Amino acid sequence: MPLTSFAASAMLNGTDRLISLSAPDILIIVIYFATVLGIGIYLQRYAHTSKEFFLAGREMSAWVAGLSFLSANLGALELMGWAAATYQYGILAAHFYWIAAFPSMIFLGLVMMPFYYISKAHSVPGYLQLRYGEATRALSGISFAFMTILMSGINMYAMAIVMKVVLGWNIHFSIWVSSLTVAAYVVLGGLYSAIFNEVLQFFLIWVGVLTVPILGMIEAGGWSGLVMKIHERVHSDEYVHLWSTLGTFSGNPMGVHWTGMLLGLGGVIAFGYWGTDFLVIQRAMAAKDLRSARLAPIIAAYFKMIVPLIVILPGLLGLALLPYRLVPEGTPGEGLHTYNEVLPLMLARYCGPGLLGLGITALIAGFMSGMAGNLSAFATVWTYDIYRPYLCKIKSDAHLVVVGRWCTVLGVILSIGAAYFVTQFKSIMDYMQALVSFFIAPLCATVLIGMLWKRATAKAGFWGLLAGTVSSVAMFTLVKVNHKFLAVIALSPDAKEMAENLYRALWSWLICALVTVIVSLFTAPKSNHELRGLVWGNTDVPSEKNLPLYKRPVFWAVGVAIFFAILQWTFW
Amino acid sequence: MSKEAHMLPVWFFIGVLLAIYGVIIFSVALIDFHHPSAVVLAQYHPDLFAGVFLLAMGGLYTFWFWPGRRK
Repeated sequence: MPLTSFAASAMLNGTDRLISLSAPDILIIVIYFATVLGIGIYLQRYAHTSKEFFLAGREMSAWVAGLSFLSANLGALELMGWAAATYQYGILAAHFYWIAAFPSMIFLGLVMMPFYYISKAHSVPGYLQLRYGEATRALSGISFAFMTILMSGINMYAMAIVMKVVLGWNIHFSIWVSSLTVAAYVVLGGLYSAIFNEVLQFFLIWVGVLTVPILGMIEAGGWSGLVMKIHERVHSDEYVHLWSTLGTFSGNPMGVHWTGMLLGLGGVIAFGYWGTDFLVIQRAMAAKDLRSARLAPIIAAYFKMIVPLIVILPGLLGLALLPYRLVPEGTPGEGLHTYNEVLPLMLARYCGPGLLGLGITALIAGFMSGMAGNLSAFATVWTYDIYRPYLCKIKSDAHLVVVGRWCTVLGVILSIGAAYFVTQFKSIMDYMQALVSFFIAPLCATVLIGMLWKRATAKAGFWGLLAGTVSSVAMFTLVKVNHKFLAVIALSPDAKEMAENLYRALWSWLICALVTVIVSLFTAPKSNHELRGLVWGNTDVPSEKNLPLYKRPVFWAVGVAIFFAILQWTFW
Repeated sequence: MSKEAHMLPVWFFIGVLLAIYGVIIFSVALIDFHHPSAVVLAQYHPDLFAGVFLLAMGGLYTFWFWPGRRK
């Protein structure tokens, strides 16, 4: 889930670089660029058919699909943005890696993935076309393409800003070199290339940033030393507890109640993002069989839950150890560093020549994995869900691959255009978090009801999705027009903007679900034959009883649940 | 047989890249051993450990997933 406020605020920073790179650092970065391009060139020979180009031949192992699934989400803005959020809000930011990951990713693997995989849909809008019909596919396809490009452009621009602030690089240089590199390897090798590079980037992100928590914990004197130092700094325990401060809106730095965290974030937003965002689901759909596809998000869930080690912990360490206080964005004053600079500052604190290059490569790799995810998902949805049904009826496989390659180029051009567009209208970036909730939350209800309730009808799918989206936009507009409505939507006068995002998503999900159910009751459902392989109770999911226990997805899902419970108890 | 079975595995690429990075970082650490950079905890030589770790991990992956070793 993107933290775009990071991007917006980055623009307010000064232009003095935080870090200077040495020759070994530059060499490491250059080798990285050469490697990702080399992988694209190597994989070109394997991406000839549409199944190969758009779905990586559906022959990825569970591990490759799982790591790619997570890596597409692990963008540079995620890393730096959530480290910044941790400095600001404390360990509460870890909820976005724990409650926002465990239930939803497991649910995707155990419940939703069989429908996506068995239906043989090419995309989430493709599944909606099979389940509901053309109108729902068109609405979700167009909104997804729009969102993907806008997100890609904004991330691209934000990354360029970060490179300018951190390294002093020219913005245009960063935008063009990074985006053209991603475009080159995705055009050449399609989803094969995107997935291979995402797995590579996953490793680089870890080895690049891991120095910070290891050395940070040594310097802080372990967890107890860290807690003590934070307490000395902020004179409060709010920053090191996950749940115990969420009893009231005013009792924690985020201004969120536990109901919003549990139902809004852990429920609607997380289930919507992990369960319906094609950007990540495309990776699981590329798995070689259903078992691997179901395991992919479960494997990803394990790694997602340890990502706080390289994101949340550096934020807490920054709060405890940096000899100066970071400030909110826009704070006037010479030489002040902002929250958003906490991760680069911690890298610079511990990493000398070579290690620093690896750390910066990790940030670049994060950006590229996120962008490659956007581009490959955009090319698939555009080709299968917009171009083929509405713009050109040519259905030859070779033609679709050519269109997919051109769509990737088009996606890059549109993303670059979006990046420059954002420079003219910077306030748009403030609204990105809201834009995601406009589309993701209602889509979650549409997909879930479609999968679990046979009675849901074609018209209900469309009108429910439209009603959910419109209501979400309406709530957002109401708060912008009159800020008093925030207290109404988030159910408390003490609620802050984060709470508004969570509750708005919850309401729009409920409205979408309500409209879908009501319209379904007054319209004709599809026949059982039409719903074969698409709905619970009408889909033959292959039994796994013949498999040894350790090969069953549910076994590993229980492991995630135990891991999750231990983390919640430890940091309660 | 699937195309994926004919490809060089992604783990091989990861191994090669990490091993190269290990060599670079280890070399820099050795050259700068007596004059460590002015970073916090430089006395622990984290670059030396990181270089060895990357070289070992990358070497292991490269060896294990070397094309000739695969069936």
